[in-house]
Amino acid sequence: MTAELVRGQNHPLPQVRLEVRVSAGKPVVAGATLSDENGKVPGIEWVAHPGSPTLPGLEVSKQAAADHRLAFDLGALPESVHRVSVLLALPTGVGGPVRFGAVAAPFVAVTGLDGSEVASYTITSLDSESAVVALELYRRQGAWKVRAVGQGYAGGLAELLADQGLPQAHQLAGSINEAVAQGLARSVAAPPPRTADGERSRHAATPALGPDQGGATPQGTPGHTGHTAAPQAGSPGGPAQPDQSAVTQPAMPGAGGSVNYSHPGRQTAAPPPPPPTAPPAQPGQSAQPVAGDATGWSMDERLYNQVWGMFEDLARTTAAYRSAVDFAESRMEQELDKVLSDPRSRIGGQGDAAREAARAKHGLLVDQARVALDRDLAQLTAESEVVEPALPPAFARWDNPVWHGYRVPMEIPMALRLGDLRLPESSTLSIPMLVRLPLERGLWIDSGRGSLDGSLADSGDLRRLAMDTAVANAARLLAVYPAGEYTVHVIDPAGSGASALAPLVQTGVLHAPPAVGAAGVNDVLARLTQRVDLVQMAIRGGAADALPPDLDTAEQLLIVNDFPHGFDDRAVTQLRYLADEGPAVGVHLMLVADREDAAAYGPLLDPLWRSLMRLTPVPDDHLADPWVGHAWTYEPSLIPPGSQVLHHVLSQVAAARRS
Amino acid sequence: MTVNMTKGQAISLQKNDGGTLTAVRMGLGWQAAPRRGLFGSRTREIDLDASAVLFADKQPVDVVFFRHLVSDDGSVRHTGDNLVGGVGQGGDDEAILVDLQRVPVHIDQIIFTVNSFTGQTFQEVQDAFCRLVDETNGQELARYTLAGGGQYTAQIMAKVHRAGAGWQMTALGTPANGRTFQDLMPAILPHL
Repeated sequence: MTAELVRGQNHPLPQVRLEVRVSAGKPVVAGATLSDENGKVPGIEWVAHPGSPTLPGLEVSKQAAADHRLAFDLGALPESVHRVSVLLALPTGVGGPVRFGAVAAPFVAVTGLDGSEVASYTITSLDSESAVVALELYRRQGAWKVRAVGQGYAGGLAELLADQGLPQAHQLAGSINEAVAQGLARSVAAPPPRTADGERSRHAATPALGPDQGGATPQGTPGHTGHTAAPQAGSPGGPAQPDQSAVTQPAMPGAGGSVNYSHPGRQTAAPPPPPPTAPPAQPGQSAQPVAGDATGWSMDERLYNQVWGMFEDLARTTAAYRSAVDFAESRMEQELDKVLSDPRSRIGGQGDAAREAARAKHGLLVDQARVALDRDLAQLTAESEVVEPALPPAFARWDNPVWHGYRVPMEIPMALRLGDLRLPESSTLSIPMLVRLPLERGLWIDSGRGSLDGSLADSGDLRRLAMDTAVANAARLLAVYPAGEYTVHVIDPAGSGASALAPLVQTGVLHAPPAVGAAGVNDVLARLTQRVDLVQMAIRGGAADALPPDLDTAEQLLIVNDFPHGFDDRAVTQLRYLADEGPAVGVHLMLVADREDAAAYGPLLDPLWRSLMRLTPVPDDHLADPWVGHAWTYEPSLIPPGSQVLHHVLSQVAAARRS
Repeated sequence: MTVNMTKGQAISLQKNDGGTLTAVRMGLGWQAAPRRGLFGSRTREIDLDASAVLFADKQPVDVVFFRHLVSDDGSVRHTGDNLVGGVGQGGDDEAILVDLQRVPVHIDQIIFTVNSFTGQTFQEVQDAFCRLVDETNGQELARYTLAGGGQYTAQIMAKVHRAGAGWQMTALGTPANGRTFQDLMPAILPHL
């Protein structure tokens, strides 16, 4: 029976003679360090690596390879060895990938000598690291156990070894790399592809993350339904099904468990406490809210975390209110039923009195719940009043004065405001809807459905509003990226969006005039498809310097109006390809479409619609939060009528681009 | 000052200075008892799970356990599952945080239970305790030791319930059998 470990988890080892199998898709260096009871590696003779592959009780490969089998006889290790760390590193100076983020997630398995798997672990979420401690085999009360570690080091082997207390870390890392380079020069065979076995285990390992980490479902997975939350009372059903994965938190700190995964040797890994902390609360009243009162390295990050905190607080406090009201109602119904079925209640005023009492109990509980909700809402409203004015342009509404003092930024912000979210219980309090940049999924601005109250039935108006929403969001993206680092393409096959697009066209921030007609559609799609292909090849091959010099390295945004008008089957296929593959290589999609218009394609396009985040040009309750799954009313962030802010901002963007 | 509670004892969750408590932590700690036998020093791993069941008027309305770490309203939070115990060496292995001020108004009782998920009886558990800590200052309010491990796999530890404007805690310590809190529901109901 195999145990699929998650980071930090441990597992007992049934025997001392073991193999650790590594499969990484690309050649990696595998090694092992032995440490004493203090967790320190006392000297280079305690490290098994390609230059010195054998130590008593263990043997590692002499060269970098995509697959490794490291042999261990834990019983033969000296008594003074308390921990064996299995480490992986990318070979340096041989032209391969230099960061684990560019290769497939390495998979390690502890097996018996007969190949039967004891425990396995897929090292996910590595990025700029080039060396990683994969596993630890350690003594625990006389027996050996294995722990999944997955601690990466951006500084490579030298930093990893130094962190384990080895005094000669840098010299040893250098000699390891040299031994590996010599080994690679000797070897001729290309690394074999990942074994089918490893591939299967990797897929199987995914659900082992645990059900509590829902919401982080991979986007665009066909047929994924999100995690099924119990429907909340008062949340309307109908066609506007809340998209559970629409709003996902970047990381759920609460899901980590009680084990502290932070490395004991690096205390600085935790973000510093926020400098502008709220003053201590006066007795009897709540604390004065302060903007930026959350953890983070920069003010933007603190504000981002604070907004997410407000989002969660509002979701939770509303859930408390709704469950109290639901309970009050169900209890009242039960009590009224009991009165009805009791024959004594027919005599005299007893029945009326009991009914009155049940209603009074209901009213009392609902009043109490409302008081608690109002108290929390007042607190959140006060917080919102100090946070909103403090937001940077990327997070701010268009009517925020920060836009009037707009300057083209030097850095890409961490997130972008796509609109506002609110709940029916608190219609005056809106939470900024912030999504991380770069966008992980494309946007679909739905020009098809009517608004909540049905007042805007005219489809022409709706299409116009949808295009305004698209332009407002595209302008915001252009404005918050540094000059020249965001390129916007527009496909407007029939020219119907010309008036909405006017601000973008007139200020000259577009890459080219909006593409018109079938030929224009095919031309733009072909260019973007080629860009996706080239960048993908470069990343997979680890050869970013081999890209053609005329390639635009900026992030790309493609706005498509009136989809599928002007699209033939080939263009539709290309668009789906862009939606699937584009976000990973910086090509993003913003589709302005009515799903009904594309009904002729049938279920063929369902994966496309699912992969995009649906936004509406008018308020609509279609977004779900990741905690309790309320249906939140989304409202786009539009330019205030009569405001010149869009022209002002885009002119500056265009000027910065020319200079 | 810690109160060592005995079965059935009730204490009021008031601070020493008369203020009411705002946040409490129910901590659970344990170690696997060493077994005698051929491999004398070997211990088996025991996975105990702490759960909190929220009741409104004797009906369960929400539960916080290792598969649902935060109650929907956010007032009760589980810090995460511990599969082996003993990491704290006397500290808490699993903890449930309760923000008493934010508990929804209709919830009047919270029952804390401990289950042996791996099925060993409490005879094989050593040094198991359950304690209530004032989360605002870390002060231990009450400690209840799971004494005299018997042939059962679960224990209903304590009840925190509304009393007047504040909250009260009652030590229950009732043995029961079951793998998760669902199995305990019949045993819990008489204590409401």
